[in-house]
Amino acid sequence: MAVEPAITMDQVDVVLSGHTILRGLDFSIARGAFVGVIGPNGAGKTTLIRLILGLIHPSTGTIRVLGMPVGKGRRRIGYVPQSFAADPDLPLRAKDLVGLGLDGERWGFALPSRSRQQRIQEMLDRVGASAYANEPVGTLSGGERQRLLIAQALLTNPDILLLDEPLSNLDIRSGHEIIELVDEIARERQVTVLFVAHDMNPLLTVMNEVLYLAQGRAVVGSVDDVVQPEVLSRLYGQPVDVLRVRGRILVIASDSVVPLTHFEGVAHGQPSSPHL
Amino acid sequence: MHGLQYIVAAGFFQSPEVQVALMVGSAVAVTSAVVGTFVVIRGQSFLGHALGDVGSTGAAGAALIGIQAIWGFLSGGLVAGVAVDVLSRRPRERDVATGVVLSSMLGLSALFIYLITQLSSSTGVTQEILFGSIFTVAPRLVWPLSVLSVLALMLIGFLYRPLLLSSVSEDAALSRGVPVRLVSLLFLLAMITAVEQSALVVGALLSTALLIGPAATAIRFTRQLGYTLLLATVFALADTWVGILLAYNSFTWPPAGRGWPVSFFIVAIMVFLYLVSQIIPRAPSRRADKGGDSQ
Amino acid sequence: MMQIWHQVFQPGLFTYPFLIHAWVSASAIAIISAVIGFFVNLRGESFVAHALPRGAFAGAAAAFLVGASSLLGLSVFAVAMALGMGTMRRQGEKGVSTALILVMALALGDLFLTVGNAYAPEVFALLFGQLLGVSASEMIAITILSAVLLLVVGAVFRPLLLSSTVPEFAAARGVPLTVMNITFTVLVALAASLTVPVVGALLAFSLMIGPAAAGWYLAKSPGRAMAYAVVVALSSVWVSIVIGYDTSLPVGFLVATFCLIAYGGARWIHFSRSRRAPAPSPRPQT
Repeated sequence: MAVEPAITMDQVDVVLSGHTILRGLDFSIARGAFVGVIGPNGAGKTTLIRLILGLIHPSTGTIRVLGMPVGKGRRRIGYVPQSFAADPDLPLRAKDLVGLGLDGERWGFALPSRSRQQRIQEMLDRVGASAYANEPVGTLSGGERQRLLIAQALLTNPDILLLDEPLSNLDIRSGHEIIELVDEIARERQVTVLFVAHDMNPLLTVMNEVLYLAQGRAVVGSVDDVVQPEVLSRLYGQPVDVLRVRGRILVIASDSVVPLTHFEGVAHGQPSSPHL
Repeated sequence: MHGLQYIVAAGFFQSPEVQVALMVGSAVAVTSAVVGTFVVIRGQSFLGHALGDVGSTGAAGAALIGIQAIWGFLSGGLVAGVAVDVLSRRPRERDVATGVVLSSMLGLSALFIYLITQLSSSTGVTQEILFGSIFTVAPRLVWPLSVLSVLALMLIGFLYRPLLLSSVSEDAALSRGVPVRLVSLLFLLAMITAVEQSALVVGALLSTALLIGPAATAIRFTRQLGYTLLLATVFALADTWVGILLAYNSFTWPPAGRGWPVSFFIVAIMVFLYLVSQIIPRAPSRRADKGGDSQ
Repeated sequence: MMQIWHQVFQPGLFTYPFLIHAWVSASAIAIISAVIGFFVNLRGESFVAHALPRGAFAGAAAAFLVGASSLLGLSVFAVAMALGMGTMRRQGEKGVSTALILVMALALGDLFLTVGNAYAPEVFALLFGQLLGVSASEMIAITILSAVLLLVVGAVFRPLLLSSTVPEFAAARGVPLTVMNITFTVLVALAASLTVPVVGALLAFSLMIGPAAAGWYLAKSPGRAMAYAVVVALSSVWVSIVIGYDTSLPVGFLVATFCLIAYGGARWIHFSRSRRAPAPSPRPQT
């Protein structure tokens, strides 16, 4: 079915104001894959997303998205930002925000029409947000906001869904609900998903590939192939151990623990960078 | 000596108006520079500007009932500062609340000035309140103004460390037990004093220039707070002195020998300095990742 | 009954040409100010909205000096300031550059007025407005330009809304954020230059902030917030014209007062509503 891969990178380097952020990216991602984009803070995860969106350009190398150069066909890529700021009294309802996903970048007003209303309503139903469709977005919780952002991104029926750390503002339970929702939608619409997270464990049951970023470099493959001491040691440029405990994975660099798992009961903390 | 005549017009240092202007101007410049540095760090430029504006309401009221403008400026600033503080609990709300308080005070100002022009046929009071004229400051105000300056500076000295900590990271300050709200209220007092004093000198509309300009310029040259304060003070003093000098000289300038406004010179020099500081490349920055409220 | 009517609506209120000019131009600027004010609130840019009419004042003073049309002077200065703010603005110090551009423009205005030897009433008119002195040609210009601005706001409505609420998403869809920033500032500038001759440089800002802030507290959706803002703005200026004509109090003062009352009322309604139905506390956003 998949004619062209969803994303192809060919020897891509990214240099921003003198710093090399990403180097030697060379991989392709098949249509319909659920890819967890994993890595410590500062590894270049957000830069990778911006690269695919065409908001920054590679210094060398080429990128093709859905068989096209980047920047074309933006409506075929759904982008879900981390969150958005809104005061409780912001006069913007959940359905207004989602509606902007349909045509927010176009000139002029949106003429109210039945089919438009219907599409927005269907999407709100699909992400389980119809209960608060008429509430001001500023009064919603982090998980509820995340559902709206997903609905917003999906309204153009994209082929690729990019989620930039959607879990970072959520508690563990809402996080799991969001992952399940994305997984279901990805299957039923055959969407390629790039899900950025700094902990791979919540994604282990749903992702079929991992894109592991560290030190500006990337390896792509199945979890079993990539999350191995030899592979990650080469990527980090220092000795790395991988522990598998009761179906969970813990990556330990030589000088510090990189808790890619958050043990139950342990506070949600930022994993420390393995190398400064 | 002959050349000096072209730089300093005759009678500059002998003129009592100039002496008063230099003294008052210096006091105001120092206070504004020091307080302004914290205003810039805390991102409160709009509030600083608004305080100057609403001071004009007080000044118009003072003119109406016939008391010294400076007390009008101070009480106007106090009323507005408290109103903004009470009305705003969130950042965006602070923005709108500042705006609403500001516009209603200006409305009042319009009423006062209207009444002044109705009651007495004194023209020029509008322009004087709004744009200031340092050459008309009464000599007996030198003392109160200097005392106010010293008080504001002492307040800043007293608040220095908790103020800096709560400006850089409110959370860190709270965790250390700093009464953040009290600190910001006390700082507001210092700000009102500085702004309203300079409103008297350069005028309500332009007091922002002395408050924001020197600090914003100094911050470009040094990263250490002590030096920033020092540099800002130097800029403010130099700016005020040169401004007064040029304004004095300008009485012989075209078109009419009426003299150009002091405020114009002070503001123009300040903005020029700021622009130059923006063009000069900064020393290579080692940006420490502080986290906190660096938005 | 009839007597009270005549007391409030004194003869000539709807028939004198200068009053007709006032009604029409005040209504036009009330509508455009309220609509643009919504975006000012949304983006938290009160300072810009405050600074631009002020800066435009310098333009009017310059026009006064050289004897050009004040509307032209206002627009040229306001737009120049808007572009200056758009380009000078850096992250974290936008207040600073706005403040300095503003004082520079004001200082120039002061200079022009002093050098041009303007009399106090002219300064007063520029600063506090002269609603009852709008000429027929000014009225036509203000009305046409307001209509044009409304059309432009309509055209950029969705991308402006999107880039003001979820900027990352807007960028991902290819909305140029810098262009949107500059578009917004220029819109405020043009609206300001229409408003200044009518309600004055100091209070043009009240019309932009007050009604929009009131609408904000009353409505849940952008469309309704704008509609409420327009209603508040129109009724404020209309009531102000009537009272101003009766009592000869300055219209700017009246407009600012009614906007404040509307804001206070809306805020009160909003909080008594939300106290009845406590909303879930939002989680902190970074």
